[in-house]
Amino acid sequence: MTPPPANPHDRAAEPPDAGRLDVRNERGEIDAVARAVLTAIERHAYPKASVFAVRLAIEEAVSNAFRHGHRGLDDGLTVHVEYDVSPSSVRIEVEDQGPGYDPEAVPDPTLEENIERPSGRGLMLIRAYMSEVRHNQAGNRLIMRYDRPDAPGASADADA
Amino acid sequence: MSSYQSRLRIKKIDEITRVEFIDRNILDEGNIQAIGDEITEVIDAESCPRLLISFANVDHLSSSALGTLITISRRVKNRGGELRLSDIDPQIYDVFVITRLNKIFDIHDTSDDALKSFQKS
Repeated sequence: MTPPPANPHDRAAEPPDAGRLDVRNERGEIDAVARAVLTAIERHAYPKASVFAVRLAIEEAVSNAFRHGHRGLDDGLTVHVEYDVSPSSVRIEVEDQGPGYDPEAVPDPTLEENIERPSGRGLMLIRAYMSEVRHNQAGNRLIMRYDRPDAPGASADADA
Repeated sequence: MSSYQSRLRIKKIDEITRVEFIDRNILDEGNIQAIGDEITEVIDAESCPRLLISFANVDHLSSSALGTLITISRRVKNRGGELRLSDIDPQIYDVFVITRLNKIFDIHDTSDDALKSFQKS
């Protein structure tokens, strides 16, 4: 794995398997970061299910950052995305500029009283598809790791 | 006619309206909103809507799309209608299972199966 570039804002110097971007709330920019990560994953010949999982997780994480993290804030604020793809795992971090929240306080969307709510499923889907999900203390930075499922010695059980 | 670009292919089969998506992925929130508005028009055009939403050609979706489906389902029920979903790719179906929405929606493997399941009027 190559070390990060000296100037973190010099995208041209960054290897394609890793990147750091500040994304605006525009479909073109969100799709571009997803495409960058998925291109790297496909280059490492991850299975199709992995592409699906990571694409979904990025979409949900970035959407949540704008919709919830930046609620009430300037719509022009960017969300910071970092990713690092290796042959055996993918790390993605999504940080918004909001005050954060308590991820443990999100109601379970599968409970009967919540099942017909139109929203509230993003974090659950991220947790279902990623091998590990955690937040920073404030709750405005989401760190996810996806382990390649068919790697030799891959464990069947991800971290809880 | 307006320059609005439809995201749907809509076909009437007997008394049932079948809707298919033109986009292969239903991720973009703006797109989903427009899709929801279009389907709402279809629902409101009938006194007792019988709607089949086919996911043929859809290979990705987001939780926002699920939310819109729930809103659509409620609207159909409020008008005394019926809703079926069909042709859902296995990876997408997993998303319905994880969120337990496979218990809320009436899902069929194929459009033909779904069409047969509507009650005869």
